[in-house]
Amino acid sequence: MAEAIQQLILDTLEKNEVIEDSRELILPGEASPAVTQDAQSAIIAALNSLLSRNMVSYEAHEILSYCLTPEGEQIAEQGSHEARVWAALSEKGGNPVSIKDLKTKVGDESAKIGQGRAFKSGWIMKDGENLYKAVPAIKDITQEEMKEVVATGTLQAGERALAELRKRKLIIQKKGQWYSVAKGPEFTTSTAKPETDLTADMITSGSWKTSTYKKYNFDAEGIPPNGGALHPLLKVREEFRNIFLEMGFAEMPTSQFVESGFWNFDTLFVPQQHPARDLQDTFYISDPAISKPPPKDYYDRVSQVHTVGGFGSTGYRAPWSDEDSRKLLLRTHTTARSAYMLYKLATRPGGLNGDKGGFKPVKMFSIDRVFRNEATDATHLAEFHQVEGVVADKGITLGDLIGFMQTFFSKMGITNLRFKPAYNPYTEPSLEIFAFHPMLNKWVEIGNSGMFRPEMLEPMGLPRDVHALGWGLSLERPTMIRYGISNIRTLVGHKVSIEGVEKSAAVRF
Amino acid sequence: MTCIARALRVFLNLETCPQVKLVLPAGGEKDLLTCHIASETAKIRPYTAAAILRNVRFTQSNYDSFIELQDKLHQNICRKRQLVSIGTHDLDTLKPPFRYEARSPTNINFIPLNKQKSYNGQELMTAYESEKHLARYLHLIRDSPVYPVWYDSNEQVLSLPPIINSEHSKINLNTRNIFIELTALDETKLAIVLNIVCIMFAEYCEVPFTVEPVRLVWPDGKETITPDLSSRAMTASAEYINSCTGVSLSALEISDLLKRMTLEAQPSSSNPDEILVQVPAWRPDILHECDIMEDAAIAYGFNNLPKTFPTTNTVAQQLPVSKLCDVVRREWAYAGWVEVLPLILCSHDENFAWMNRKDDCTQVVKLANPKSQEYQVVRTSLLPGLLKTVRENKAHPLPIKVFETSDIVIKDSTAERETRNIRHAAAVWCNKTAGFEVVHGLFDRIMAMLEVPRIADEKKESAKFGYYLREIDG
Repeated sequence: MAEAIQQLILDTLEKNEVIEDSRELILPGEASPAVTQDAQSAIIAALNSLLSRNMVSYEAHEILSYCLTPEGEQIAEQGSHEARVWAALSEKGGNPVSIKDLKTKVGDESAKIGQGRAFKSGWIMKDGENLYKAVPAIKDITQEEMKEVVATGTLQAGERALAELRKRKLIIQKKGQWYSVAKGPEFTTSTAKPETDLTADMITSGSWKTSTYKKYNFDAEGIPPNGGALHPLLKVREEFRNIFLEMGFAEMPTSQFVESGFWNFDTLFVPQQHPARDLQDTFYISDPAISKPPPKDYYDRVSQVHTVGGFGSTGYRAPWSDEDSRKLLLRTHTTARSAYMLYKLATRPGGLNGDKGGFKPVKMFSIDRVFRNEATDATHLAEFHQVEGVVADKGITLGDLIGFMQTFFSKMGITNLRFKPAYNPYTEPSLEIFAFHPMLNKWVEIGNSGMFRPEMLEPMGLPRDVHALGWGLSLERPTMIRYGISNIRTLVGHKVSIEGVEKSAAVRF
Repeated sequence: MTCIARALRVFLNLETCPQVKLVLPAGGEKDLLTCHIASETAKIRPYTAAAILRNVRFTQSNYDSFIELQDKLHQNICRKRQLVSIGTHDLDTLKPPFRYEARSPTNINFIPLNKQKSYNGQELMTAYESEKHLARYLHLIRDSPVYPVWYDSNEQVLSLPPIINSEHSKINLNTRNIFIELTALDETKLAIVLNIVCIMFAEYCEVPFTVEPVRLVWPDGKETITPDLSSRAMTASAEYINSCTGVSLSALEISDLLKRMTLEAQPSSSNPDEILVQVPAWRPDILHECDIMEDAAIAYGFNNLPKTFPTTNTVAQQLPVSKLCDVVRREWAYAGWVEVLPLILCSHDENFAWMNRKDDCTQVVKLANPKSQEYQVVRTSLLPGLLKTVRENKAHPLPIKVFETSDIVIKDSTAERETRNIRHAAAVWCNKTAGFEVVHGLFDRIMAMLEVPRIADEKKESAKFGYYLREIDG
């Protein structure tokens, strides 16, 4: 049926160019024009379907129309109350009908309403207890009006008569619509639906040549691909790794989370009384609890430089505990590993081609997990990643450290750097690195650096003129800034949302 | 605050650094106040030192500063009074000579600071248990058979270190002469702390920047005089400083920089490279020539240093395990799986009971002092972390496909650190069906990418290497 109406509209437009008033259409299977609202509803459905294919355009017009209340319908069928009252009576001289009888004949309600109106119209008269027709014939205007409203939805007589009927609650008002229709840009007399996709069948059958095609909706989203993803923190790690590799650095083997107090602190010239070694800052291990002894001659040199000095230093001249040195803990920094690598460098055995072993210039890096026994909050977890770089060579200077930092950070797009004196037990001097953050409009700390102390390097056996520079930063902080994350638990750990990982953008320093 | 202000003024060349001097009493060394040290003190707090500030003028502000300095020192370098503790007294309320002894707790009686009645040592331990700010120090001496105590010649107690001073000798705004006594377990820190206290407050003496020393007589008869405010002589090489910083300064230029950092320095007359530095008593942080170098660099200004780039020539190198790991990560991501990053520390149950595994104590590394139950052990498997991730992502549409490649830790009695890390890779699939064949497929995929062939079992001679799957118990 819907298709037929569409076809009717198209054919009418083809013949007449426009449809001025959709109420003039005669729908398939109907004899008379589509004046009713139901007919218009069917027409608008057809119009919208054609509109979506740009085949027509239309304008909607509103009209007010009327329909009958149930009482009005009763009158249309049976006649008005007053007419029925008149019809129930006889002429004068005929059978008398009392008021009571009347009620029996036409019903209480009709009797009541009809009487008054019949008297008013002069149709009936009263004689004592009985009622008689006053005129031989009447015209039941009300009934005619009802029929007219049914047929046309209104009265020719106009607004006053309509208002009267509304007052008598015989009709109610209704808003209706009708349409004027014109041809659209894609007008055609064929109602065939356009294709939404090109198929292999259409090509083999050749129907692609004659099909119409529905336009793509470029405002909708495409189908998201069903792929995997890498974790954003590890994507940032990969960027840092690339920066180091581009600058000629060798990756340090850092797969050793458990360290002894010796390698994590003592070799780095961190005094045994330093607060960082406290239970509240470092995770100590209950099982296994202590390490095997480190190489004895190196251990002796380290404990010496702490307790009595040497290598040009006064040392800390503080009591030394072998037990503290052997305590096993979760490393608090990967600098522990850097120390171990520098020691291995100093004790490097000789090899082929006249390689005497021992020190040679190195550039080393690592990015790995460290552990702090801290209270956790929105920006701190007990485990995080440290990025660390070490450069060791004869005669390299603080100026080289600063130049290095400029190059390293410029590869991340950070170019405006300043340096501030700081303190680490194992570097002297120590420099905090600050960069100007254009969005926050202030200087923010982006890393820590320094020149390792001779008390650390010389007991290892490194020559006195070898200087070692180190710098480090956390991996989480730049990642949180890059991705706009404020709670570290949404970046690291099991509470991270998988969807967040899937949606995190590429890093692109 | 006065210290920073003075340091800044010296740095800006607005004044020269004042020297703090020892001044003997009118009669000379023989009139020095004397403290006798008993041998029992060696059992509990063996080191001690003392000093006197004469004719001090207190204002409310510098009095508050004086108290605050002692608190700060106690908390920091004294390691919460354990290594060193400080007692300050109104000298005019006491009668020297003094004695530093160690007596049994019940043998010590005095009215402690801010109290009205007398307590003995044992009673004090009980009384202070409920006073939070003192209870934390009781353990330092409580279980010792003897407690350290200072007396004057009238058997008046000065203090019960490191717990509390006496009410009798307490200092107020009208105090003129101050007796400072320190007791310690660390001899080096003892000297440092005494120097700091004296030097910081000597400027409030009537003759500013003067301190009166005290004579200590040890059990073996030896005598020492404290404090020792003398500066140390050190030498620094201009060439060394230049080679570290990258500048080219003369010994004279470096000396001027050091003076601005309150280090008295001048070029040596015999060696043009050498700088003679007098390190004052309040610079215990100068341990090595590198500390002098740092001061020179700070005075020069880090941001003024020449920016050079090292010519160190090296070839980049990745670790083979890192490269392997990256292959696994990428291939699994290509296959449509999502990488996650759970924590390395977990609870014991998460690592064992909830995985239906038993802890035979040969594998897992256990933490001694975690702040939370969540961190009891170091994981021996990646699976608990992956499963926790699935648990926290119930809203995510199924199937959930997650993986991780990272280290686990196990005990290893052959290693110096008794443990080693092993790199693992693991993946978890979660859906309305368990789908073992799916993770199996992922595994086959990575083996194919790494060119490890599937073999029936290792007994087949044709296969030199490869992989196969077998059921395990438990």
